[in-house]
Amino acid sequence: MTLADRPRVGVEGITRRFNGPAGKPVEALGPVTFDVAAGAFVAVVGPSGCGKSTLLRLIAGLDVPSTGDIRRDGAPITGPSRDVGIVFQDHVLLPWLTVLDNVLLPAELYDLPSNAARARARQLLGSVGLSGFEGHKPAQLSGGMRQRAAICRALLAEPSILLFDEPFGALDALTRERLSLDLAGLWGETRRTALLITHDIAEAVLLADEVIVMTPRPGRIRERVAVDLPRPRTAATRRDPRFVEIAEHIRDLIFADWQEAA
Amino acid sequence: MTKRGGVIASEWTQAALPPLAFIALFIGWQWSTTALQIRPWILPAPTAIVSIAYDWRIELLRHTSVTTLETIAGFLLSALLAVPLSIAVVWSVLLRRTLYPILLALQSIPKVALAPLITLWVGFGLWPKILVVFLVCFFPVIVNTIAGLEAAPQPMIDLMRSMCAGHWQTFRRVRVPVAVPHFLVGCKIAVTFAVIGAVIAEFVGSEEGLGYLILTASSQSQTALAFAALAVLTILSVALYYLTEMIERWVATRMA
Repeated sequence: MTLADRPRVGVEGITRRFNGPAGKPVEALGPVTFDVAAGAFVAVVGPSGCGKSTLLRLIAGLDVPSTGDIRRDGAPITGPSRDVGIVFQDHVLLPWLTVLDNVLLPAELYDLPSNAARARARQLLGSVGLSGFEGHKPAQLSGGMRQRAAICRALLAEPSILLFDEPFGALDALTRERLSLDLAGLWGETRRTALLITHDIAEAVLLADEVIVMTPRPGRIRERVAVDLPRPRTAATRRDPRFVEIAEHIRDLIFADWQEAA
Repeated sequence: MTKRGGVIASEWTQAALPPLAFIALFIGWQWSTTALQIRPWILPAPTAIVSIAYDWRIELLRHTSVTTLETIAGFLLSALLAVPLSIAVVWSVLLRRTLYPILLALQSIPKVALAPLITLWVGFGLWPKILVVFLVCFFPVIVNTIAGLEAAPQPMIDLMRSMCAGHWQTFRRVRVPVAVPHFLVGCKIAVTFAVIGAVIAEFVGSEEGLGYLILTASSQSQTALAFAALAVLTILSVALYYLTEMIERWVATRMA
């Protein structure tokens, strides 16, 4: 296997147990096995409580699996890495910092040269339509704008792996649609390896090369659905019969599980 | 239009009601002292209090400055010591298990009861008063600061961890900014206790200060003077409270 073929993220047989009430362990995830190839955009969809956010935390190095093995570029994950940028569910901008200072936070923590980082931050904010808001506090922005700023922060240190934890989950449906299109454009420019956790099927199909459909708790992989839609993906993609077909297929997979459960 | 007018009218009344209530109180007070012929050494009329306050203005100012000094010194001392100690308690499990219970026990002692002992140990002068004020202020400040240092939301901690931040960086960039408003709330609570602490300490043994003035004036049936000192004390307490609140607001607007 050459370096280029080696998966950026390799997940092998991982599970995660939590201590439930009365000391009974609760199986939250797995076992789960999959790879994310270099430059691929993989989405994970599943019903709430299927452990998909746990999966992201494990890959981010914020949590440790109970069993199994996760590797980044072939090396076991021991903790968070600069090479991974995360967009969290609720923007998590620090309310006492300006938008610009929030975006610059990784540069501060990684001791990046400040002038170059500033230029990069301004350019990123401009590319998501936030020029002129650099000096604003997060509270002065709309929910969609805050999440855009959070995406800029994740991109600032040029990580080669991006993790999205239900990034648009807290936004209204219209803003969410708009932002996922923006993200499709933004990602298309650089093609970083990306993993998206979402419960929005249309969002997953629009953005990803492959959608991993999870079963209810403890989450296992139900099916890996390849999304063979052409890029760049735009608003028109949503009307593509193939898009509708894939989305319907995923919906059937998820609801089949629900019926079994009920 | 009527709705708009209604809003403006209600804003007006909202601003005017508190001073009007005070004016009504004083008019009622003044009227009842003459109408009911209450003897001045039991309840002096507001005008009598104002007039004696004017006659005694030099003395009042001197006693006020002493009490103010004790209050501010004790309060600042408590804030100055509470900050490093709360950081130590949050940082170290050992201190949390040892120091924190002692602090809690200390809080359950009534400070009023401690005041005579402190005078016994430290003697007369400013220090016993500053110490009582310190004891009264210390607890609300440290408890609020500890709570603030632990109030950082988990997603913010995760964010910092995801950017490989160490404990110190997370502390400085997230925990401290989150704690500052909590610390200021503690200060606001403490400052209202501070004046009470100073007066209690002066009651126990002193030769100056507003507490001393109230004690001697009432023992000599100079009730109007005692009331004047009480009024100054109230103004002092309210002024210190609003000063702290102004600082709090200033910090809040700069941070949020």
